[in-house]
Amino acid sequence: MSQSVIQVDKLSKLYRLGEVSTGTISHDLNRWWHRVRGRDDPYAMVGQVNDRSRKGESDYAWALQDINFKVAQGEALGIIGRNGAGKSTLLKILSRVTAPTSGSIKVKGRIASLLEVGTGFHPELTGRENIFLNGAILGMRRHEIRQKLDEIVDFSGCAAYLDTPVKRYSSGMTVRLAFAVAAFLDAEILVIDEVLAVGDGEFQKKCLGKMTDVADSGRTLLFVSHNMGLISSLCKRVILLEEGRLSLDAPASEGVMSYYTHGRSTPYKADFSNRQRPLSGHGATLLAGAVEDLSGVAVAEIDIRSGFQVRMRYRLETDTRTGPFPNFHVTDSAGNYVFVTAPLNTRLLTGSGVYDAVCHIPGYLLNDGTYFIGLALTFMEKGVKVAFFEKDALCVNIIDPIHATLDSDRNGYSGHVPGPIRPRLDWCVSQLS
Amino acid sequence: MRSNPTPSSSRQDWTLVIGPRSGWFELHLADLWRYRDLLWMFVRRDFVAVYKQTILGPIWFFIQPLLTTLTFTIIFSGVAKMSTDGLPPMLFYLAGTTPWNYFATCLTKTSTTFKDNANLFGKVYFPRLITPLSIVVSTLIQFAIQFFTLVIALGWYLLQGADIHPNLSGILIGTPLLILMLGGLGLGCGVIISSLTTKYRDLAFLVTFGVQLAMYATPVVYPLAVAPTEHRFWLELNPIAGIIEAFRSLYLGAGTFSWGLLGYSAGFTTMTLLLGILIFNRVEKTFMDTV
Repeated sequence: MSQSVIQVDKLSKLYRLGEVSTGTISHDLNRWWHRVRGRDDPYAMVGQVNDRSRKGESDYAWALQDINFKVAQGEALGIIGRNGAGKSTLLKILSRVTAPTSGSIKVKGRIASLLEVGTGFHPELTGRENIFLNGAILGMRRHEIRQKLDEIVDFSGCAAYLDTPVKRYSSGMTVRLAFAVAAFLDAEILVIDEVLAVGDGEFQKKCLGKMTDVADSGRTLLFVSHNMGLISSLCKRVILLEEGRLSLDAPASEGVMSYYTHGRSTPYKADFSNRQRPLSGHGATLLAGAVEDLSGVAVAEIDIRSGFQVRMRYRLETDTRTGPFPNFHVTDSAGNYVFVTAPLNTRLLTGSGVYDAVCHIPGYLLNDGTYFIGLALTFMEKGVKVAFFEKDALCVNIIDPIHATLDSDRNGYSGHVPGPIRPRLDWCVSQLS
Repeated sequence: MRSNPTPSSSRQDWTLVIGPRSGWFELHLADLWRYRDLLWMFVRRDFVAVYKQTILGPIWFFIQPLLTTLTFTIIFSGVAKMSTDGLPPMLFYLAGTTPWNYFATCLTKTSTTFKDNANLFGKVYFPRLITPLSIVVSTLIQFAIQFFTLVIALGWYLLQGADIHPNLSGILIGTPLLILMLGGLGLGCGVIISSLTTKYRDLAFLVTFGVQLAMYATPVVYPLAVAPTEHRFWLELNPIAGIIEAFRSLYLGAGTFSWGLLGYSAGFTTMTLLLGILIFNRVEKTFMDTV
């Protein structure tokens, strides 16, 4: 393993809760005066839940607690976690916007962070002037920027507007320009936070390509995003933060799966019948769902070579005129639809009772990766009526045991096979001469 | 592997160690030097922004002191009949407000550094001191315009044969030094205030008001010499008093040029600046959490 360029040791960050200053002396004095007279705090938020059970605990909250990890040179590390898990705090400390409470981060090489594109862009300045300004803010010297100006302009595709004030740019163009400046930074370590949220598809692709280049060129990339598809395509390894703690440091696919299934005990098997608010509508209720192997045992992992089945149990409370049809919605880890499937000939199943719908999905249909299965029941009666639709109700991890499939199924190719599906199709290759 | 760092990794030469609040004297001045291009870009941005927003932009710098001077001339000299050291009142006030305005603008503008740049500071690291430094430099543009006005007025009065004796060699040596002191003092006070106002923003109102009041505690609209002896000591405690008096005596040949006062001002400036930088440096690391 190559040398580590970032080493995070026991990093913690404490934030003070409760009586954070109102920001002005007059307000604080007023608050104090109210308290002296035994009145309520005049600046307390209206409608804020006053949680007594937690109040006594502490006035402080750990945004990060005891984080340890290392990043090797040239590695692309994804940082994932829910909102408030501490990702932004970690990035802020990394980019020296704020200091940790304890612990340390040791860094080797220049670190450039892109917590938001277009930081410090001035609307009155032209595109060219802003390139220089933004570059300087990010720590580039003037001659460096001048050297790269052509490349930056070329990449941004804003050449025609270079001498127009940025205030006349569309937001997309501003982002393009800003990303271009950052992309040509000569930093050894690049920290990126969700910058790809804006920009059209073509430009996003360009950015992604550039970021892959960055990773491939031996530079180190730290990438924070909620887009798991992006994370898994860009990073080999992810760390998962949960409530300020590092809960997982694993290969990307494993981390992504854990991110999705957080809070659900058995994502491959779910019982919906005891829900406080049952998933029901139009007289039908979702009871349970499961991902099973071919022998009917619920499992989380499926070998790509073997098929599996998805089971959904539902109940019709009353007799219906036209029977509903169950349908399953399969999406990949990025949330993109792979397919929707429904059985044929179920319109005759109209009587009340409990039903079991099982769909068999053959091996070598889905590619390896994490997939989510939404469970739905639909009536076709005077238009479409959805009885229930539980999005991402189940989760399945398709794994490809490469050691076993390498020679037989993969022609010796050991890399990642792109795409959401990996069907085995009929081929005809013949020698012509 | 994580728990046992290999000997080689522990001996690695890290280029940057991010830790909790550093000591008072870790100022990262080398960083400041590395980002010198940014200082220049900020100055340029300030200049262009002012220049572009209105056609009148730079002209305001010119009109404003003229109007102020005119007002002073009418009120203090015309109505209140206050002494101007035997100088043409117009010139006397111009020579006072030009350096005073530079100091006051530096102070007021740098005193809101953290507040005005919270968004930028929250996103990206660069030595924060660059920002107030750039303000002090870009305010020189305003100073230059007002200074130009003063020079023209001075030339006009000299042509009229007024009894004025500028000290030419003194001007050449003294002007840069006096500007440096004014800027340094403005910067020092400004960063101290900006550091203290990260928590309480309404203190900023006090600054604008205070600066206005401070002008009357400084020999801007009156010469130091007219102050009654029992109050004079208190006026001389004001570190800007010596600078303004020296400025006026260099350009107009009248007033109190005192090495003692200047030395006191220089010492005061250095101390304020040092203290300001120390406090600023202390606050910049965590102000994002309180702002």
